[in-house]
Amino acid sequence: MSAPAIIEAKSVSKWYGQFQALKNINLIVHKGERIVICGPSGSGKSTLIRCFNRLEAHQEGDIVVNGVALHGKMTNVAAVRSNVGMVFQHFNLFPHMTVLMNCMAGPMWVKGVSEKQARKTALKFLERVRIPEQANKFPIQLSGGQQQRVAIARSLCMEPAVMLFDEPTSALDPEMVSEVLETMTGLARDGMTMVCVTHEMGFARAVADRVIFMDAGQIVEEGTPDGFFGHPRHDRTKLFLSQILKH
Amino acid sequence: MLYPDTVEAEILVHKPWFVATMFGVVLLLFMAFNMSSTSFAELMRPVIGEPSVSGFYGRFAIAFAIAVIFTLNVVLIGFAPLKFQIGIVWFELLLLFIAFFETFHLSLPFIREKLPFLISQGVVTTLYVSAISIVIASVIAVAGAVAKLSSNGFAYAIASFYTSFFRGLPLLMQVYLIYLGLPQLGFVINAVPAGILALSLCYGAYMTEIFRSGIQSIDRGQWEASRSMGFGFTLTMRRIILPQALPVIIPPTGNQFISMLKDSSLVSVIGVWELMFLARTLGQKTFQHMEMLISAAIIYWMLSICLELVQSRIERHYHRSKVR
Ligand SMILES: Nc1ncnc2c1ncn2[C@@H]1O[C@H](COP(=O)(O)OP(=O)(O)OP(=O)(O)O)[C@@H](O)[C@H]1O
Ligand SMILES: [Mg+2]
Repeated sequence: MSAPAIIEAKSVSKWYGQFQALKNINLIVHKGERIVICGPSGSGKSTLIRCFNRLEAHQEGDIVVNGVALHGKMTNVAAVRSNVGMVFQHFNLFPHMTVLMNCMAGPMWVKGVSEKQARKTALKFLERVRIPEQANKFPIQLSGGQQQRVAIARSLCMEPAVMLFDEPTSALDPEMVSEVLETMTGLARDGMTMVCVTHEMGFARAVADRVIFMDAGQIVEEGTPDGFFGHPRHDRTKLFLSQILKH
Repeated sequence: MLYPDTVEAEILVHKPWFVATMFGVVLLLFMAFNMSSTSFAELMRPVIGEPSVSGFYGRFAIAFAIAVIFTLNVVLIGFAPLKFQIGIVWFELLLLFIAFFETFHLSLPFIREKLPFLISQGVVTTLYVSAISIVIASVIAVAGAVAKLSSNGFAYAIASFYTSFFRGLPLLMQVYLIYLGLPQLGFVINAVPAGILALSLCYGAYMTEIFRSGIQSIDRGQWEASRSMGFGFTLTMRRIILPQALPVIIPPTGNQFISMLKDSSLVSVIGVWELMFLARTLGQKTFQHMEMLISAAIIYWMLSICLELVQSRIERHYHRSKVR
């Protein structure tokens, strides 16, 4: 692929005390690429993507995001983070601010954008996730699916180079999952670079350029959705797929 | 408000067993007192004759009358809407207090003569000593809470030593230590600044703990969301964490403010002419202690009520984002 790399992880290892959560991870995410990471619980998926904006620190190897190397002594971590959007399983909206303010806060406080401009951007992205009419409500007044879409809009307002999703639909009721997935599919279509931890296999098939399977802190297998779902090579992958497809 | 159930409960004060029990308890209680020399007994004279010789019959009649009035009052209030109930109960309790103060036979002219000075000197001093101390204590509290939560050894050690020391010593002793102890080190300090310093340090220590627990009550996810957007520590604290911690912090902090208002009377021991000091000294010459003390008590109470009102206002403001 000729597109520049947005995220480059080389031989990344991470420990929690004695426990090794990531083992020698190598992964390159190119601009415009959509990557889905799946794997059993505790396999290190969250840990890995949280290393990409340094919510977690890795101990070995190199991670370069948008041309900036992440390490303990870096002084410009905020600059990297404002370029990397993150959507959490539990939304983590700021409950004391209105939906609109949730979206305006980042541009205003980090980028120093004027209030007027921030409002315009916020409304644009709330439109994009199709909830502009909720702008003046507080997060708790919204349904789970709506909250997650606000969280996506909040990240988009920073106009990030890459978006990280950590199981964005697994805290949602089934009927709200699709509205969030549709939003994410729309983003993918518009060419956003995305790394998604998710078990939504329909989404992975439709959107992903590559599917990555992790187990016990390692990348066990990666491939195109068709190859990955059609002809999994490793036993652990087969077992995992048979388990999630059973439901 | 507690969680409101939508099933309407029967009104407690209208249940026969409750009314009967209340009546019985009040009757027995007042039978136990000898009320024959009170003004209430005088009112009963047409029924019981000369109160002092009416004996058991007189006692019973008085207690019975009080029990009837009390029970009827409670049952009737039970019919009123909530707002009205609150108002009328406040009003009645207040009347009882006034009746109690009445028994001291206070000299109103004396109060009227001294009150202006009590307010212009005493209240003003109390207010500005408390207000300055509250501001300083709040600043200390934020810094202390952050230090106690930090991973910096020095900051943690200093903050925990500070809270331990100033929560551990009686405030009175801190006042003396600062007023009499600092000059030993070469800092001569006036009474008012010494008082303010002692109050700020003491209350800052308590409030450090309140702020710390408030900050800790906020979900980790808020920090993560905030930091992942590129907000720095100070911004996260000021705009994300503290505003959410405030609803948790405000009620106990309101308590501290009210308590500080009254504890500011301790600085009277180093000769600050605040409200308590004047209340004790103004009546001394003419042995009219009660006049000044009760006036001061009422003033303290009114100041506290003002703080309570401010607190409930702020609480209501922060309640907004919690209701659907
Ligand atoms: N703060 C922590 N301290 C110690 N161990 C941790 C910590 N966070 C995660 N771990 C461990 O690291 C491993 C990987 O965790 P991680 O959250 O990345 O898994 P995951 O693949 O996201 O799982 P899930 O699907 O349940 O979210 C797990 O075994 C977990 O117990
Ligand atoms: Mg996870």
